[in-house]
Amino acid sequence: MEAVKESVKLAFRKRASDSRVLTCAAVWRMPKELESSSHESPDDSSSTAQTLELLCHLDNTAHGNMACVTWEPMGDGKKIISLADNHILLWDLQESSSRAVLASSASLEGKGQLKFTSGRWSPHHNCTQVATASDTTLRGWDTRTMSQIYCIENAHGQLVRDLDFNPNKQYYLASCGDDCKVKFWDTRNVTEPVKTLEEHSHWVWNVRYNHSHDQLVLTGSSDSRVILSNMVSISSEPFGHLVDDEDVSDQEEHHPEEKNKEPLQDNVIATYEEHEDSVYAVEWSSADPWLFASLSYDGRLVINRVPRALKYHILL
Amino acid sequence: MAAVAAGPSPGAGPGDSPEGPEAEAPERRRKAHGMLKLYYGLSEGEAAGRPAGSEALDPTDLNGAHFDPEVYLDKLRRECPLAQLMDSETDMVRQIRALDSDMQTLVYENYNKFISATDTIRKMKNDFRKMEDEMDRLATNMAVITDFSARISATLQDRHERITKLAGVHALLRKLQFLFELPSRLTKCVELGAYGEAVRYQGRARAVLQQYQHLPSFRAIQDDCQVITARLAQQLRQRFREGGSGAPEQAECVELLLALGEPAEELCEEFLAHARGRLEEELKSLAAELGPSPPAPDVLEFTDRGGSGFVGGLCQVATAYQELFAAQGPAGSEKLSTFARELGGRYFALVEQRLAQEQGGSDNSLLVRALDRFHRRLQAPGALLAGARLAEAATKIVERVARERLGHHLHGLQVAFLGCLTDVRQALAAPRLAGKEGPGLAELLANVASSILSHIKASLAAVHLFTAKEVSFSNKPYFRGEFCSQGVREGLIVGFIRSMCQTAQSFCDSPGEKGGATPPALLLLLSRLCLDYETATISYILTLTDEQFLGQDQSPVTPVSALCAEAREMARRLLTHYVKVQGLVISQMLRKSVETRDWLSTLEPRNVRAVMKRVVEDTTAIDVQVGLLYEEGVRKAQSSDSSKRTFSVYSSSRQQGRYAPSYTPSAPMDTNLLSNIQKLFSERIDVFSPVEFNKVSVLTGIIKISLKTLLECVRLRTFGRFGLQQVQVDCHFLQLYLWRFVADEELVHLLLDEVVASAALRCPDPVPMEPSVVEVICERG
Repeated sequence: MEAVKESVKLAFRKRASDSRVLTCAAVWRMPKELESSSHESPDDSSSTAQTLELLCHLDNTAHGNMACVTWEPMGDGKKIISLADNHILLWDLQESSSRAVLASSASLEGKGQLKFTSGRWSPHHNCTQVATASDTTLRGWDTRTMSQIYCIENAHGQLVRDLDFNPNKQYYLASCGDDCKVKFWDTRNVTEPVKTLEEHSHWVWNVRYNHSHDQLVLTGSSDSRVILSNMVSISSEPFGHLVDDEDVSDQEEHHPEEKNKEPLQDNVIATYEEHEDSVYAVEWSSADPWLFASLSYDGRLVINRVPRALKYHILL
Repeated sequence: MAAVAAGPSPGAGPGDSPEGPEAEAPERRRKAHGMLKLYYGLSEGEAAGRPAGSEALDPTDLNGAHFDPEVYLDKLRRECPLAQLMDSETDMVRQIRALDSDMQTLVYENYNKFISATDTIRKMKNDFRKMEDEMDRLATNMAVITDFSARISATLQDRHERITKLAGVHALLRKLQFLFELPSRLTKCVELGAYGEAVRYQGRARAVLQQYQHLPSFRAIQDDCQVITARLAQQLRQRFREGGSGAPEQAECVELLLALGEPAEELCEEFLAHARGRLEEELKSLAAELGPSPPAPDVLEFTDRGGSGFVGGLCQVATAYQELFAAQGPAGSEKLSTFARELGGRYFALVEQRLAQEQGGSDNSLLVRALDRFHRRLQAPGALLAGARLAEAATKIVERVARERLGHHLHGLQVAFLGCLTDVRQALAAPRLAGKEGPGLAELLANVASSILSHIKASLAAVHLFTAKEVSFSNKPYFRGEFCSQGVREGLIVGFIRSMCQTAQSFCDSPGEKGGATPPALLLLLSRLCLDYETATISYILTLTDEQFLGQDQSPVTPVSALCAEAREMARRLLTHYVKVQGLVISQMLRKSVETRDWLSTLEPRNVRAVMKRVVEDTTAIDVQVGLLYEEGVRKAQSSDSSKRTFSVYSSSRQQGRYAPSYTPSAPMDTNLLSNIQKLFSERIDVFSPVEFNKVSVLTGIIKISLKTLLECVRLRTFGRFGLQQVQVDCHFLQLYLWRFVADEELVHLLLDEVVASAALRCPDPVPMEPSVVEVICERG
């Protein structure tokens, strides 16, 4: 699927040894043919299961279960952050990705069993920020010093399941959790969420911003629904797409339309109920901004498009 | 014929007889006759003495006035025979004779009278002659008297003049004496302190002195007087300034000074300044009573003192001022108004300060009485000083106090409500220490409801005092309209119900979403309370309020239905929150139990895990708790076999039918297929869904949340063979005990099936336990 844009892929593997389960992570390379022909014949590529090439393991035996692995969003793809139990590990890939060296690490101290559940690497600030979720708390980290930069205590009433950075607004991030809520935060003011959505009737497992139109937010939940929301008011285009100056020809027609568009409301665009069981992953396509996929427990992968009307509404 | 001619005359009546003997010519007689007739006011016909008949004009009537002998004779001769003529002649002759004799007698009789009358006239003539002489004599005497009198007057003339002059001189001298004595007299008066007297003397003398001041002697007197007057004025002023002698005496002083012709403008200023000094004293003493320390006298006494001291003083000043300086016109009254307004303002400030101290108090009746007195007291100066608007200001103060009072009561109600909640918390916490689970939740609810209701009623009664008939300000428009509808109904009652809802809401929104902050029983109780309010209490309270406060205000009020809707919504949210909190408690228990256990290396299950028993126990406890406050609710009629025994058979057969194939590792596709097919026919489960107001719905919600958590947790773990079997046992156990709580037992089956299926999928070595063994273990546990 398009979500993986790198030729190198990260994967989890569970190693059962001595009746003890340890979640590990490894770096894989996708076959070249799949990468080149993925758009032309997706059916073929899925039917002829081609093998991935294992490049290296991220050695986490000293740190516990891997919860999350994420690439540096920009750059040459040589850096990986992984979260293992209560450690945050920064890896450096060397020798054409055949070796992963632990560059630096930090760990979460505190009472009780603190475990990271999820993490995201911010595409802003020159890729120096990582946000993590552990229990009900959201934390921001600086990858240069591996120190905590902000902390949102009790971001959710219950466990925080996932978070995502707004690709266009550097301080905005979305989080979701077991309290069925999706919350939008401004990391400069962590006392109050900017906005809260409460559309799901069970734990929300995933939240994803559209890569280019950040008003489109996708959430997947274990109530087996996928919800596409339009969060115009807190997006980078709160007044809709700016009209191009070349559109002088049909200006007369355009103006009333613009007027009509003025009151933009945050709303749920669509609820997708194709899944029969809990949805555990949703992702936007990295190629086509109007395409997204969701994966549920029963093994069903559903690919949907943003409704045409909305697409035109956003574009025009 | 003469007899005939004379005939009518005697026929005319005896009244004519005296004229008869005169024997005058018929012309004359007729004339005299006519004159007499005229005199007697009779008409021609009536003069005959007979009533005027139809034959009155008959010329043949012998006795008629218009008798004509010729016509009569003609008639006789023409009509009568000879014999009758003869008869009539004799008859006539006889009549004539009778008449003659009559006449003779009359003449004789009247002749005597005539003679005596003549005698009388003669005598009279003599008498008059005598009288005339005497009259002449009288006239001469009178002339003499007049003459004498004139002479006397002439003689006395100059003496009289002299006397008059002397009298004038005497009066003048007395006046002069008064003037000369004036200085000493004034001095004496001033010494004696009889200022009024002195001023009166001065006033009398002033004009004269003014007139004759060109004469040196008068001038001296005037100068003396002026000196004394000045002294007098000075003394008066001094007395006035000393001021201790009270308003009436001061007023007197001012009056005297005015009479002395002192400038009114200045006096009026000074008068007001003095009055101000006095009233400021009053205010100061009032302010002293306020003090920083808690005020000793109660508010009633305070307003009383203020009323009699300050307001009374102000009244006196105003009355005196208006009497004294009435001549000052609008400017003067304006000055007074300004004065009154300023001092009144300060008085109001003090009163408000004092009333503010009273705000915390609970005794409304005292406050209302104090306000009443305060308001009533100010009506008098209000009428006197319309320009100062004291009465309006007083009404404003009373209104403000009433408003603040409402606010205070609202606050009191809120505090009482919170107090009730604290009591409930304590009551909920206490028995738990003794080991009993939330007994008497219904009683607690009843206690809370009744205590709040009694608080509301008490507040209403207290506030009602403001509108009592005997209170002087109750008929002000504010108290008749806005106070009732906006103040009491909207502000107090509706405000309280709203704040109650808000308080309840805050329990839902509390940051302690993990359920630690609020005991769930309290949520349940509040929910029930709100629901009760929705069904009955709100409409009851509002009806009560509307009855007690019949406001004439037309402003819109919150309808009962809106409030009820709010309360119902609140009840629903509280109950939903309760479900979430309780669900979370059980979820956490299940989650911990799944997450902390090492499922790969677990031993073969011998027992149901303790945590499952705990879940069932807790659910039962919740069931009991909810049952105390909510009705049973509708259960979906599933099947008739609701006894435990038949159920277990049913469920085990179900398990065999459904699980057995899926646990065979040889057919992993079947698992997915089967579960997918099964899901196609089952409805989607909304886990956190709104609940209805009944026990079954609440319990269903809680169990749904718990089981869904179990499912999700199981999916995150990896199970060994015995781990799977343990899950199987646990799920069967839950199935045995949880079905009875929910509306649709199919739901429990579905979720538990899903749990076991998920565990099987997460198991590298899925060998299920024999259903019979599972059953045995469960029944043993």
